[in-house]
Amino acid sequence: MGHLKELTKGFIKENPVLVLLLGTCPTLAVSTMAQNGLGMGVAATLVLLGSNIVISLLKKVIPDKVRIPCYIVIIAGFVTIVQFIVKAYAPSIDSALGIYLPLIVVNCIILGRAEMFASKRSVLDSALDGLGMGIGFTIALLLIGSIREILGAGTWFGLRIIPESVSPIAMIGLPPGGFLIFGVAVALANWASKGKILQRKSAGCAGCPSNGTCAGDCEGKGENA
Amino acid sequence: MNQLIIILFSAILVNNVVLNQFLGICPFLGVSKKLDSAFGMSVAVTFVLLISTIVTWPIYTFILEPSGFGYMQTVVFILVIAALVQLVEIILKRYLPALHKSLGVYLPLITTNCAVLGVTIQNIDKGYSFLQSLVYALGIGLGFLLAMVLFSGVRQRIESADIPRFFKGMPSVLIAASLVSLSFMGFSGVVEGIFG
Repeated sequence: MGHLKELTKGFIKENPVLVLLLGTCPTLAVSTMAQNGLGMGVAATLVLLGSNIVISLLKKVIPDKVRIPCYIVIIAGFVTIVQFIVKAYAPSIDSALGIYLPLIVVNCIILGRAEMFASKRSVLDSALDGLGMGIGFTIALLLIGSIREILGAGTWFGLRIIPESVSPIAMIGLPPGGFLIFGVAVALANWASKGKILQRKSAGCAGCPSNGTCAGDCEGKGENA
Repeated sequence: MNQLIIILFSAILVNNVVLNQFLGICPFLGVSKKLDSAFGMSVAVTFVLLISTIVTWPIYTFILEPSGFGYMQTVVFILVIAALVQLVEIILKRYLPALHKSLGVYLPLITTNCAVLGVTIQNIDKGYSFLQSLVYALGIGLGFLLAMVLFSGVRQRIESADIPRFFKGMPSVLIAASLVSLSFMGFSGVVEGIFG
């Protein structure tokens, strides 16, 4: 039961995108179509699962002082593997995701989970946590991608949903629509959790991998400077 | 020369790094509350963008590409950027303590800023020459500065606005960003029209 909780908490309760507000860059960029969102979600889940397992296995080996560079190397290794797999088996997804595929390396969700979870917990728990967080990321991307594709292009996974006679809201598929739909989705998650996210003021400082380096509060520090 | 100007202004206005390419959203949302921190962060990002381009472009073109290790790009670039940021911090601390005081706090955050890794990879993907890469990096940095400074002004307004309860905080900021991004869409085609 306890193990199962590590898996399911990422789905909704601690959804990395909608509740923890991590990984905003890829969320906004690749959610123009449901298919791209799904592809990105699966790629990031694979990286997250692999890096969480390896980091958890190596937690006693990696010296504390150089842990962040070590994590980055491990994550970058997995990203390169995933890049090869996607290029070989799903070239259309590869060209749609473009630069955002290698940018999984700097996705806060992955470093954040390594720092907050995998470096402290057992291998099984870390694997489940990585899988759960990855699935949560995929759910959020799929949700935002679906809304944007249906409203912005009138299709869903390429299937026509809204008849062609109704002209779609092209703006939703363009960058401004990304910010708009993401904002509304966070507000909805906020409403569903009865305002729990309201207490979080900053954009994911707690989960920010640089949190340790900038000694806690990156936002506050930035303001004092 | 004309081409360099087009690259520069396209990167600033049309393909704005934050509002159009969604790179560097975390600092855009996190550090844009006050004008001076927004400015400091942007200057630090521009600085790191330029030096990482200076280092990563030759590494890819003269070492990785000829030896057939092009696929190691992601791993090598992120390591180089992380090391570079550390190095810059140490050098600034030692020789320019005043500058370190104003930029230093932002430097560790920049390692994981996707704009830096993103731009270095884009320079390679787009097949830019060394000079073009530098101009592109400068344009992206200036575009980031413009977006941050403009947005910090917008944000100070919405702080005091009366908005529905569940839209307070991040949702309202994201929707405001959407409007700023919409206004930047007006620039598409303008740069080629003037300089092309």
